[in-house]
Amino acid sequence: MARRALAMAGGRGPWGGSKGSGSSGEDGGDAGGADTPPDDTRGPRNPWLPPGETGRRSASIEDIFRARDPRKRAGGGGGGGGFPGLPPRANGKSWLPLAIGATALVWLALSSFHMLGPKEEGIVTTFGRYSHTIGQGVSMTFPWPIQTVDVEDVTSIKRDTIPDGEAEKLMLTGDQNLVDLSYLVRWNIKNLRDYRFRLADPEQTVREVAEAAMRSAVAEVTLDEAFSGAGRAEIQDVTRQRMQRVLDYYRAGVLVQGVEIKKADPPASTKAAFEQVTAAQQDADRARSDANAYASKVLAAAEGSASQFDNVYEQYKLAPEVTRRRMYYDTMERVLANNPKVVMEANGVTPFLPLQELRKQAAPDSLPTVVTATPQPAQPQGSGQ
Amino acid sequence: MDRMQEYKSSLIAVAAVLVALLLSVIVVPETQQAVVVRFGEPVRVINGFYASQAYGQTGAGINLRIPFAERIERIDKRIMTVDMDPQQVLSTDQQRLNVDAFARFRIVDPVRMVKTAGTIERATEALEPILTSVLRQELGRRTFRSLLTAERGEAMERIRQGLDREARQYGAEVVDVRIKQTDLPEGALQSAFSRMEAARNQQATMIKAEGQKQAQIIQGQAQARAAQIYADSFGKDPAFYDFYRAMQSYDTAFDKETAPTTILLSPDNEYLKQFRGQ
Repeated sequence: MARRALAMAGGRGPWGGSKGSGSSGEDGGDAGGADTPPDDTRGPRNPWLPPGETGRRSASIEDIFRARDPRKRAGGGGGGGGFPGLPPRANGKSWLPLAIGATALVWLALSSFHMLGPKEEGIVTTFGRYSHTIGQGVSMTFPWPIQTVDVEDVTSIKRDTIPDGEAEKLMLTGDQNLVDLSYLVRWNIKNLRDYRFRLADPEQTVREVAEAAMRSAVAEVTLDEAFSGAGRAEIQDVTRQRMQRVLDYYRAGVLVQGVEIKKADPPASTKAAFEQVTAAQQDADRARSDANAYASKVLAAAEGSASQFDNVYEQYKLAPEVTRRRMYYDTMERVLANNPKVVMEANGVTPFLPLQELRKQAAPDSLPTVVTATPQPAQPQGSGQ
Repeated sequence: MDRMQEYKSSLIAVAAVLVALLLSVIVVPETQQAVVVRFGEPVRVINGFYASQAYGQTGAGINLRIPFAERIERIDKRIMTVDMDPQQVLSTDQQRLNVDAFARFRIVDPVRMVKTAGTIERATEALEPILTSVLRQELGRRTFRSLLTAERGEAMERIRQGLDREARQYGAEVVDVRIKQTDLPEGALQSAFSRMEAARNQQATMIKAEGQKQAQIIQGQAQARAAQIYADSFGKDPAFYDFYRAMQSYDTAFDKETAPTTILLSPDNEYLKQFRGQ
């Protein structure tokens, strides 16, 4: 990328292209015109290709400038330096000192002033030796290569999901079962110096330490605990503490903010069996709630009947004989009013009764009344009592 | 052209001084320690590791050397990792487990390191088989169950010590050894799955049975309670209850809704006693 940017500046730079076409004819315009289109379309050209009319592109600035020099292109060499591609300055001096001065200024400005955001910290090293740490705002240092600043976002929480992707990751639990677990580790940089200088690969270290801590925490609980909410919380907590302890021991400069279990499932091949347990639980729950419904129905019925009896009994106690009679007649009246009835003399008649006839009669007329008793039928008297 | 020539010679002189300076100046970053080797013999260490030193006080930065005579070997100062391939470990109760572990080390004696291994890569290569064998040896003495929780116990510390003893000859100090992963091998995995399934089936059966049991208990208790309520209420006057219930029963049994029942009444019947006009 840097190489390409340099080539661009040489071929069609803001000063090279425009001024060159105005005064000294072919050089700037020629080189720029022939050189840049492939730059736009195909990117940098292969430096090993044989050179064409326009001269080939090279990595070094010197080569680019040489290619743009018409004399050298024709004669293939010769003394003299400078920048013949540029028009001479008004007083006839070279552009070289000015260009160097400008570059130096830009370089000073870029590498001496450092603007850090609110979450960032920068480590300043003088020839590799740690000097100090800079925080938010604008800071000044000696320019590169005397001092370098290594800026890193320290407060933003980094998130590592382990494992990457959706693959099944089985862990052994304490009761030698397997659980498919994925979790998230959140951490940030506690001490940028330690983070930079202590570990060869801090990010990988965090992941590996997390994995070791998580495995050991899961190995201490049973499968059911790993599935339960309380068990999960404990695993998370234990993992976080262990990670922090190990990382502090390494002086990794990392603060573990939290460990969250995203998924704790049974292995895919045993899922059916686990679903059976869920189904069984639902069955059991249903049986229990059915039983409870039955219980409340039975109890309500009992309480209702008891309360009804109690109320009647209260009244009965006040006038036992009358109440008893009244209830008897009321009931008998209802019963006999609703059914066909035969009143007859007590002895010896029953075998000759035309029961079939009686039944037939009973069907069309709703209430046939057959009385074969000695007294005259006096129903109103009976019912009126 | 003359001025050019002047420029050139002075430039060459400046360049020569610069080159000499550059050759004798070395920059050691905080993350490296440098061993100065004079004619093949290590003579001193720049920015060596000492745990108590603060950053900026360790000798990192610009240092001098004698050009051409002294050569610099740069050794990483940070904590590095030896990662081994997963190993199958046989526990004392004849179960197999695939164990994946890593060790973390740093170079504390760079001179020895330069003399023996030469580079970090070679040191790592040398440490890996040692880690493997120490780990197998230590974990092979344990039962399967304690393998799973080996992380907690003194096993890891003993492995660390064992590896550390070997690592010292390369100038390395083993900071930590940890089991990254313990997995069941393929065959054991399948039997673990079927064991889990069997356990779940049993659990499902038990849960169902337990649900049935509880349902029956609930029903029984409700019936008992209802009986008690009935008894408390009706027990106040059993004779009246008998009459009262009989009346209710007649009402229900000879309901209009049920098929009409022909009732034969003797004139002696209690109900008809007024019938005779006595």
